[in-house]
Amino acid sequence: MAKITAGIATSHVPAVGHAVDSGRTQDDYWKPMFDGYEFSKKWIAENPADVAIIVYNDHASYFGMDIMPTFAMGIAEKFNICDEGYGPRPIPVVEGHAELATHLAASLILDDFDMTVLNKLDVDHGLTVPLSLMYGTPDKWPTKVIPLPVNVVMNPQPSGERCFSLGKAIKDAVEQFDGDLKVHIWGTGGMSHQIQGARAGLINLPWDIQFMDDLINDPETLQYKPHLEYMVEAGSEGVELIMWLIMRGALGDKVNEVHRFNHVPASNTSVGHLILTPKDN
Amino acid sequence: MKPNFDQFKDIPGTTIFTIEKAREGFQLNEFCMSLRTQENRDRFHADERKYLDEWEMTEEQKKAVLDRDFQRMLDLGGNVYFLSKIFAAEGLSYVQAVSTMTDMNVQEYQAMMLAGGRSPDGWRSKKERGEA
Ligand SMILES: [Fe+2]
Repeated sequence: MAKITAGIATSHVPAVGHAVDSGRTQDDYWKPMFDGYEFSKKWIAENPADVAIIVYNDHASYFGMDIMPTFAMGIAEKFNICDEGYGPRPIPVVEGHAELATHLAASLILDDFDMTVLNKLDVDHGLTVPLSLMYGTPDKWPTKVIPLPVNVVMNPQPSGERCFSLGKAIKDAVEQFDGDLKVHIWGTGGMSHQIQGARAGLINLPWDIQFMDDLINDPETLQYKPHLEYMVEAGSEGVELIMWLIMRGALGDKVNEVHRFNHVPASNTSVGHLILTPKDN
Repeated sequence: MKPNFDQFKDIPGTTIFTIEKAREGFQLNEFCMSLRTQENRDRFHADERKYLDEWEMTEEQKKAVLDRDFQRMLDLGGNVYFLSKIFAAEGLSYVQAVSTMTDMNVQEYQAMMLAGGRSPDGWRSKKERGEA
């Protein structure tokens, strides 16, 4: 049977991608942030996945407002890299896992999660920056990827409860797959940041740390946090953190905290990163 | 459940991109999406007015783009991820563009970020700030 063996949470700041692509990760500004991922690179080399389900949001890179799916799943064999206005990032193409992805999409739809099915998708920094943080600059990504885009850009975004429940349904669906696979689930985005308006630059590190604690220890309560609180306390773009709830829902009741890292700032953002593993229960 | 968009109106210095704002800004955001190709970026930069006239945007939206008035673009239904295509095409970073919406210049804004960012204290409510 396939099994979810780890959950990874990380911010996905676009400037981090530029720093990697231009070889500036050891600059004074960037080094302390990239240092926080050194452990993670070693850990993931020792604890590899066959497939990573990466929960992320597109930032008007592939989806415009023509079609705005609330939850979607990429079921293709490969995903090209978006041109976000600076030209596409010079990184390897992202390979999919069509067999597991079709199984997951079908299972989730049958479980009343009305996933939008994507046979074609280009992926943006929301998905590729986490890959760069965890794997550096390989010639080929070491894992296959199932992209799971969530609308966090247009309000109303899906509720926290819905995200957490989706994670639980993903866990069940993975375990029902006829095939032996180690699967990681990644929740990306956040933490506190606001990149618009007179209030831009908002950072709330104590709130971010409390969010991490609650995500680990009390997600059943955390799922009910209203979107308004994310916006007020963690900035208008802090609402991306609902995507971490999907990751957490897929890990079961109790988790081990393998790694935790916080850093302020990367560009406009409070960077947060967790590696969690399910406690067998 | 009946949507409650009014709940977002008390957040100071913040424009929440609701489904209603998305409708208002659809053509503006579509124009932004078109800048994802180098060919269109070049055409836009060669004659901005002419390029904008290819879109069914309001005159106010076009003027805001020509003025690079990002706050005004937000007010008229733009969203920052879409608007980023405008400043990315000019080689500007998020920090450079975003700082223009605040009362700081880019150096002051960067210094604030390096010092830990803007504290939410005093920025939670317009009422608290005497703005409403
Ligand atoms: Fe994001």
